[in-house]
Amino acid sequence: MTEPTATFREWLSAADPASRAQAQAQEIYRAALALAANPLTLIGGLIVLALLLTALFAPVLTIYAPNDQDLANRLAPSSSLHLLGTDELGRDIFSRIVHGARLTLYIVIVVALTAAPAGLAIGATAGYLGGVTETILMRITDIFLAFPKLILALAFVAALGAGLNSAILAIALTAWPPIARIARAEALVIRQSDFIAAVRLMGASDARIIFRHVVPLCVPSVIVRITLDMAGIILIAAGLGFLGLGAQPPAPEWGAMVSKGREFLTDQWWIATYPGIAIFIVSMGFNLLGDGLRDVLDPREATR
Amino acid sequence: MAQAEWHQKSGDDPAAARAHRWTLKALSTAGTIALTFFGLLLVTFLIARVVPIDPVLAVVGDRATEEVYEQARQDMGLDRPVPVQFAIYVRDVLQGDLGTSTLTARPVAEDIARVFPATLELATIGTLIGVLLGVPLGVWAAARQGSAVDQLIRFVGLVGYSVPIFWLGLVGLLLFYVQLDWVSGPGRVDIFYDGVVPPVTGALLLDSLIAGNTEVFWNAVSHIILPATLLGYFSLAYISRMTRSFMLTELSRDYITTARVKGLSERQVIWGHAFANIRVPLITVIALSYAGLLEGSVLTETVFVWPGLGSYITNALFAADMNAVLGGTLVVGMVFVGLNLLSDVLYQYLDPRARQ
Repeated sequence: MTEPTATFREWLSAADPASRAQAQAQEIYRAALALAANPLTLIGGLIVLALLLTALFAPVLTIYAPNDQDLANRLAPSSSLHLLGTDELGRDIFSRIVHGARLTLYIVIVVALTAAPAGLAIGATAGYLGGVTETILMRITDIFLAFPKLILALAFVAALGAGLNSAILAIALTAWPPIARIARAEALVIRQSDFIAAVRLMGASDARIIFRHVVPLCVPSVIVRITLDMAGIILIAAGLGFLGLGAQPPAPEWGAMVSKGREFLTDQWWIATYPGIAIFIVSMGFNLLGDGLRDVLDPREATR
Repeated sequence: MAQAEWHQKSGDDPAAARAHRWTLKALSTAGTIALTFFGLLLVTFLIARVVPIDPVLAVVGDRATEEVYEQARQDMGLDRPVPVQFAIYVRDVLQGDLGTSTLTARPVAEDIARVFPATLELATIGTLIGVLLGVPLGVWAAARQGSAVDQLIRFVGLVGYSVPIFWLGLVGLLLFYVQLDWVSGPGRVDIFYDGVVPPVTGALLLDSLIAGNTEVFWNAVSHIILPATLLGYFSLAYISRMTRSFMLTELSRDYITTARVKGLSERQVIWGHAFANIRVPLITVIALSYAGLLEGSVLTETVFVWPGLGSYITNALFAADMNAVLGGTLVVGMVFVGLNLLSDVLYQYLDPRARQ
């Protein structure tokens, strides 16, 4: 692309797209404009972007390593030396929070990459095939939905042993059912479409129809759902960390940091407070972004 | 086929047809419940199977001889095929036997019966706060859509959706207990009031009133107020958001315009017409919120050292007391299913459209 930006914008807003790529680029451009038009969504997007950048550049952003101990300066309040103070082992809280962003992002990405495709496949298959398959798949989904998420995750972690990866697995096991429900609802509508009938007449197999034609159309709703669920996933992950069932020490997991700071709450309030604020901000970012995405991608579901 | 004939025959008898529909619906609901319950049992059973802890070893100790170990294994039924073990498990649970806790050496069912009232007490007061504040706030926000009040209420809701409950609990303790000393600290009651009142309902507020001990009552109030308000806030965030959304849908309908055109006051339009029509879906929301608070109890109770089911499950977890963990999980799951069912039944009963 050698043309200046002004013509690129023209290309993006041309009334008659010349290629499929241009049409798709225009669609993304319009969605991005609509998203940015809502200040709250913009804030949410910026928070999530900040999380990404913080996780990416954690070593550059901090002077101290997350587990560096400075025992002479333990339990120190905020100062120019330690921006947010130090914890009981003299570790710099700011560094730990910044590095903790990597753990949070890791949890969120792994859960999204496992739960979303699983829920999508189960829901789309159930919705498209209908009949006995649908009944069985959706009953299983309902059973998982009937369990309270945190308690179920707790029981799984109890069985698998405490640790970051069992926490992630436990969260993923509780995160797919709402996605399956959404995907099924979409697939129920899509399977009535003429183009599906046409593809079927051309001799496409069920698997091909589901994964090449039904699933792609379910994706926008699933993205909205998973973004909205991210906030809850972060809170559950932090909750498991707080209970001592997530990432194990000395990993700078935010929930575990709050839990540790509990012992020093009365005199060194900053140890528990700052990591909690980090959880709060990131979770709010995903909530705001999810709300905005829903308004743009899925106007039917929009809350006015 | 038989069903269609039945409908034809009973076509001239609407009462019988309705009774028939109700029977079918009741059967299908019962089937769903049974299936969900079965699923719950299967999940807890499977979790117990994959635990890396050897339950036999936990009983006999690692110095036991081969014969003692084998004997214990057979006594515990662990030498039988897995499906048989599952059948035995289902039978035991149906008889109210959740196994014995290795931590307390008492039947898990008994333990849960002892700690559950404390959780219920907390969640009930939390839900009451959430409903009493959340519903009017949601209606208010919808009536003034887009105004500063609406924005404020939405913001309060957003914070409630985003804030980690355990952290807010700690900040609350720091502020209202440590700094301001307005409320009492962790626990249900001050240590010297512990066990003063005979347990009747298990809910300390009620028990102290029954015993006529106002001193214990007010002490218990000072302890419960912070965690209950906190849970109430989370309940409020959810309930006000849903109420607002329901009200907005309702207020955009034609009959509302009609009501306004015929000169009803805004108050009558909002409370008499629009609100009257969202009461039924609100019941579902309230039931779900109540269930959510029971779940949230695991974290809240840890923060406030509240001796309820949540604390029981977490303590059992760290002692690798799987019977207690799974028993607690099962009970919370059952309450979840029960609350969902209750809201369904109420929905059917209260909404004439759902009866059709």
